[in-house]
Amino acid sequence: MSRLRTIALSFALSLGLAAAAAAQTAPAVEQPWARATIGNSTVSAAYMILRNPAGQPDRLLEASTPAAGRVELHTMTMDNNVMRMRRVDAIDVAAGGATQLRPGGLHVMLMDLRQPLRAGEQLQLTLRFERAGTVQVAVPVAAANATAAPAHRH
Amino acid sequence: MAEPKSAPSARSALRQIRLVTYVGLAAIAGLWGGWWIAAACGWLPQPTMMAAAPIGGPFTLVDHNGRTVTDQTFRGRWMLVFFGYTRCPDACPMALSEMSQALDALGPLAERVQPLFVSVDTERDTPETMRGFFDAFDPRILGLAGSAEQVAAAARAYRAFYRRVDQGSDYTMDHSTLLYVMGPDGRYVTAFNHQTGGDVVGQRLRALVAGAPAS
Repeated sequence: MSRLRTIALSFALSLGLAAAAAAQTAPAVEQPWARATIGNSTVSAAYMILRNPAGQPDRLLEASTPAAGRVELHTMTMDNNVMRMRRVDAIDVAAGGATQLRPGGLHVMLMDLRQPLRAGEQLQLTLRFERAGTVQVAVPVAAANATAAPAHRH
Repeated sequence: MAEPKSAPSARSALRQIRLVTYVGLAAIAGLWGGWWIAAACGWLPQPTMMAAAPIGGPFTLVDHNGRTVTDQTFRGRWMLVFFGYTRCPDACPMALSEMSQALDALGPLAERVQPLFVSVDTERDTPETMRGFFDAFDPRILGLAGSAEQVAAAARAYRAFYRRVDQGSDYTMDHSTLLYVMGPDGRYVTAFNHQTGGDVVGQRLRALVAGAPAS
């Protein structure tokens, strides 16, 4: 009887642990934001922190949104005061680590936007990771002159 | 008389030597000529001369209201000159917000400063496309566009680098991110790099503009 209980208990426990582990491996996207478009521009950029709680490294392979005709992963470097922006195939996120997409560095480049992005709006972004699969993110749009994520509203 | 017998081969050897000499001389002349042309056109790196050559100089461009402007247009006022492009999603908005922050920090002194944003994307940026672009930052910023030649001349004067980089079906522009400060006489005073915050730029400008006699 007590043995049966032990088995049942351990079974329940292992189920719970497995569920917790599964929940933990999904990458977390923190402080996402996109820059409002400027004037008649149809391009913008989105930024966020990609956190990978899994024990294995992961990679962001692709991003997409119904709001833009084309979305690319870009990096920006400063070299002797010259800005160079390049497309990258993927953005690595170390096991148990985080990668920050921010102004002046890595970003999700939004091109051929169907409508202007206005501050206060939200953008639905789908991120596809190599291991973790797809993650949906609601990305708030910040003012064109913003340098960081808009303050969190409750 | 063995000599006449060997004469044809000796002659051909001589001819070969002569040919090699001619080709060599031609190559040297070509290299020298090429170097001379490159030097004359300013294609060669000249570190010492570059350091001494002044930044800035004449330019002719069209502002976002469709008005043709030159460096002379802004004489008597300080010029803040930045090279960028409107499809730049990151570095240019950052620079523009720093520029607007600096203008705010200047207060009424900002009247003596003309901020200029010169587009290096001559294919896509026109006075029309640039109109309204700066309202999100500061309407006092004036966008300048021009033909490929006009923009190249302006960038050369400021020693600002830019280059079109094809990325699939699209392209981006590599470009300098220095903010040049030119005095009311049109002469170069200083430059700020992208790491200088708008508030710092504003403070430094305030000291410069306030310290200079009003013109």
